[in-house]
Amino acid sequence: MKVIVAIKQVPSRDSRLRVDGSGRWIDPTDLTAEINEPDAYALEEALQWKEKHGGEVVVLCAGPAGATQTIRDALAKGADRALHIEEENLTAYDSLRLAELLAAAIRAEQPDLVLTGLQSDDLGYGQTGVILAELLGMPHGTIIMQTEKTAAGIRVKRELEDGWFQFVELPLPALLTIQSGINKLRYSTLMGIKKAKSKEIKALTPAALGVTPGGAAPLEKLYAPQRGKQSRLIEGDARKQAAELVEILKHEVRAI
Amino acid sequence: MATFRGVDYMHLDSLLSEQELLVRQTARRFVDEQIQPVIRDSFRDGKPPAGLARQMGELGFLGANLDGYGCAGMSSVEYGLVMLELERGDSGVRSFASVQGALVMYPIHAYGTEEQRQNWLPRLQSGEAVGCFGLTEPGFGSNPAGMTTTARRDGGHWVLNGEKTWITNGSVADVAVVWARTEQGIHGFLVERCTPGFSASELHGKLSMRASVTSSLAFSDCRIPSANQLPAAKGLKAALGCLTQARFGIGWGVIGAAMDCYESARQYTTIRKQFDDKPIAAHQLVQEKLAWMITEITKAQLLALHCGRLKDQGKLEPAHVSMLKRNNVAMALECARLSRDLLGANGIMDEYPMMRHMCNLETVKTYEGTDHIHALVIGEKVTGIAAYK
Repeated sequence: MKVIVAIKQVPSRDSRLRVDGSGRWIDPTDLTAEINEPDAYALEEALQWKEKHGGEVVVLCAGPAGATQTIRDALAKGADRALHIEEENLTAYDSLRLAELLAAAIRAEQPDLVLTGLQSDDLGYGQTGVILAELLGMPHGTIIMQTEKTAAGIRVKRELEDGWFQFVELPLPALLTIQSGINKLRYSTLMGIKKAKSKEIKALTPAALGVTPGGAAPLEKLYAPQRGKQSRLIEGDARKQAAELVEILKHEVRAI
Repeated sequence: MATFRGVDYMHLDSLLSEQELLVRQTARRFVDEQIQPVIRDSFRDGKPPAGLARQMGELGFLGANLDGYGCAGMSSVEYGLVMLELERGDSGVRSFASVQGALVMYPIHAYGTEEQRQNWLPRLQSGEAVGCFGLTEPGFGSNPAGMTTTARRDGGHWVLNGEKTWITNGSVADVAVVWARTEQGIHGFLVERCTPGFSASELHGKLSMRASVTSSLAFSDCRIPSANQLPAAKGLKAALGCLTQARFGIGWGVIGAAMDCYESARQYTTIRKQFDDKPIAAHQLVQEKLAWMITEITKAQLLALHCGRLKDQGKLEPAHVSMLKRNNVAMALECARLSRDLLGANGIMDEYPMMRHMCNLETVKTYEGTDHIHALVIGEKVTGIAAYK
């Protein structure tokens, strides 16, 4: 069983974010990076699969040279080797181009299972995994809360809305996008960190994979939400005022 | 539990390698998730957090800088970063790891036979076994050369008599590294738990290091096999060699306690309002204290990092470690006091960490070479005159 986990490096969740000089992205100075949270759960799920069913866990990461720290951490946790698609500017790719990039790297590996987080903490599109499955011609399941190997393939539990779940069985190879909290994340042990040093990180480039950046919607301006006080005078007789107030509270403020 | 963001005023993280940052990340997460939620009750109840030895062993924290026998083979800086994070949790937790790694595993590794290493190191590394270090005696603290515990040869055995005190982990230890006077001078021995004639009793009534076990050890015609002698542990120098390792870890560790105090005070003073609805951090006297603390923490970080790099190059001298230990402990203690002051009455409550750190650091100031003795070591280094003799 070969499992590929697609991971992304994002700014740490508790970072103090600042808009950079261009006003179009965040300032990377002083920013610590970490693995995208749902991807961390995808990695853990892959490692548990390997422990139960044997095989190999390969980590795939598209990102800048600095993403090696996140890749090393995945290797320290127990992944066997890694593929690093070196790209300094991931924001130049839309979800389709990025999925093409990942698909090109995955095809050569012929995995039995591809896992990834259901969305990224920085952009949050939630598209890449699904498009990736389509490009690879694999069945996919999203928002996965539980996985189980069956004779025919894999049985998964999907999170629906309002406390409902759906159980689906898929043939392998398949792609799953994993929900945070599905398992308990392990620590990288000091022995694991030491071992990760000698594990292989294969460098790939978008050019070699035959994918060119593009498609991304141009970002005009990035800014912190503006807080302000607004006053509005509701006119008319009491009945009309009350009706309008209820309308505002229901549909604009959504307080009732 | 909130994740600790670190205290890095001057981009010092840029001096750390990728691997060093990963090691710190593991230790930081362990402290945030496993120590911080339980340490208040642990200190209050006078009991170490449950399952600590196994957890730390599994992650590789015990004897982290030793090679082989299941140890992680970390560099000195990586080892230091682990000690820092552990002591950010509590000095008692760091003391456990210090004693196990630097004072028990290190002497077995450096002075023991291959059989002793095989027998003890994997178990001590995993936390399955716990060790303690018996050097200090009721009458001999700063002057261990005066020790009165004796070891007498009797056929294939050694017979130990005497008493050791202020022994971290003493009554929970499976093995004690004990220093005793023989006809050929001071020597190191391994004494196993339950050996007839050996007893350990816990010291009660401590107002410091309450999350750590401290004991007295008594030896009364305690017979141990000759094979339990650490063959290369000859002379006081061997014992002091262990202490240099442990003091190095203390020099790093206390920065963690200082960071916890500083960061708690920084956050508190930016929220607490007094006079004209302004946060107290807007007042000059408060800012002066925060400025002092962050400056001293930054200097201590640089001192520790430089010592770590020197240690990895084999250039670190005991007198360098004296400066590291003495300076950084005094710095951390002052940070605990200043931050307590900034929190006003709240500062005395165990809801906040500073009073606990302050109490712990009073011990750290004294143990493993008192502040005074380290001053005299530095004095001897620069004058050539040993004032303590």
